Amino acid sequence: MTTAQANGPKPYSELVKPDRVHTALYKDEAIFRDEMEKIFQKTWVWVAHESEIPQPGAFKTSYVGLQPVIVVRTREGEIRVLLNRCRHRGATVCENRTGKTSNFVCPYHGWTYGLDGALRGVPYPEGYNDFDKSNYGLVSLRVESYAGLVFATSKDDIESLSDFLGPAKTWIDLFMKQGAGFGVKTAGEHKFRFPGNWKIQLENTTDAYHFPLVHRSFLNSVDDETGQTFDLMNQGGFVQDLGNGHSVMVMIPHLVDLEEGLDAPIPERFAALADELRRSHPEDVVRRVVRAVGGTGFNLNLFPNLACSMAFFRVLRPVSVSETEISHIAIGMDGGPEAANRARLRIHEHFQGPMGFGSPDDAEAWTRVQRGAEAGPDLWIMLNRSLGVDGVDNQGPGLGDVSAETGMRAAYQMWKRMMCA
Amino acid sequence: MSLSTDAGLSAPTLNEAIEFIWTEADLLDAKDYREWLTLWRQDGIYVVPIDPATEDFEAQLNYAYDDAEMRLARVNRLMGGSSMSAVAAPRTVRTVSRFRRLGGEGARLQVRCAQLLVEHKRDVERCYAADVTYDLVREEQGLKLARKVVRLVNAAEALAGIAYLL
Repeated sequence: MTTAQANGPKPYSELVKPDRVHTALYKDEAIFRDEMEKIFQKTWVWVAHESEIPQPGAFKTSYVGLQPVIVVRTREGEIRVLLNRCRHRGATVCENRTGKTSNFVCPYHGWTYGLDGALRGVPYPEGYNDFDKSNYGLVSLRVESYAGLVFATSKDDIESLSDFLGPAKTWIDLFMKQGAGFGVKTAGEHKFRFPGNWKIQLENTTDAYHFPLVHRSFLNSVDDETGQTFDLMNQGGFVQDLGNGHSVMVMIPHLVDLEEGLDAPIPERFAALADELRRSHPEDVVRRVVRAVGGTGFNLNLFPNLACSMAFFRVLRPVSVSETEISHIAIGMDGGPEAANRARLRIHEHFQGPMGFGSPDDAEAWTRVQRGAEAGPDLWIMLNRSLGVDGVDNQGPGLGDVSAETGMRAAYQMWKRMMCA
Repeated sequence: MSLSTDAGLSAPTLNEAIEFIWTEADLLDAKDYREWLTLWRQDGIYVVPIDPATEDFEAQLNYAYDDAEMRLARVNRLMGGSSMSAVAAPRTVRTVSRFRRLGGEGARLQVRCAQLLVEHKRDVERCYAADVTYDLVREEQGLKLARKVVRLVNAAEALAGIAYLL
């Protein structure tokens, strides 16, 4: 196996080139351990959408890299991200995926923590001398939010979330317009694992090139008009590097801003929904909801673990160098028409999840990448598509090409920056 | 669901239901999906839920929530040759047992049973266990599926791609 220590024969700076990355990035366990430390412990990692923890005491369990955490809303309504580890002997203090509670009690010896992580009490305290409970709270990470997206980091000295997101914020704002005036709320999730490295998934979010081939069976399952909407290679789409490893792929340019084009004809596949909505809502609301129901026409990749895509969040969780867990979290309109939210669920089920018409084919492709990458240990993963084309990678006039591997190049340049720091 | 067309027909017996369910299991392991489609009533619903407790499938996110149109689309996808996961679909062997009559009236019977399915693909064998509830209705031409709900024991966990029918 290739050694890839910073002081070894292949330093990280040589494993990432402008147009390719070394196969070791998918396979080397030492690199994976370093990634967990140098990337996932040193930048903003997405942990929740605010709607998942709507009221005081509401919580979800999640991960920052390999570390289990609890995302919880305190009595005061603040969001805390706590390491899910009792300060006594290390047991997790919560194993529920979601819920509502007034405290977290370690099941091993009964240490009890408040929603803010403070240690409230221990059984038989007389067994401890000079015990200062304030030294034994659950470890609390730094938390910041943008537009309902909650991120956490172990680092107190890195830039603000707002600065980290930078130009990506404009795209997050556009993405949230799918609330159609009602707001954005998570609506359940599909989770699946594939036997491959997390960066294989990261690459895929801004990969239009695979869509017509890998997702042909999905395209065959929709009507002609919808098929044209998803003819991603031929609509003038483009990819932009947004800095800090973030990127956006605009696949369906006419669905970038969901508050525009409200007078456009209603697509055939949403005609029945529009008719149902008209029975209870005025025409302007019907137009807004129907325009938003399929989600936005772009995929926003936020380094390292979140994507805002169409009408769902894609969250990746590295499990090991060769195993990754993906969550596709459906998005509903908060308080919006039930018919529209049902339509969103059916759209999500159609493509996403282990029985969707899209995800299993993606997972098969990614699995094959990991298997194939066992061959040719000194070969490279090529990321040179559309290099030199006008507009690509923000170079020259025009917007470039929807299938440019710009997003991957951007992510790996950030990877290199962080791994070499 | 209206049962008016079934008036005068008796509910399936448990033994009839078992024979129907075993036949269905055999069709699915043989990937004879076109024949499987003929087992259904036109208004039947095939559900693989995520939430282990829910009965309101329509209002929640499921792995599959298929009416007749989606069942046909799913079968076309699995058999059409253009899905790389379906082309490389695992072989499956399932056993179904622990049948229990839950209820029924008129021409309808509801049965719950246990399904153990092993899939094999490349180097990996994977097991899916599920409680499966069938709503069967006797029609003039025989028993038909009105609803099938597959509750995987690990439905709330991360699964792998499932390129066949549960």
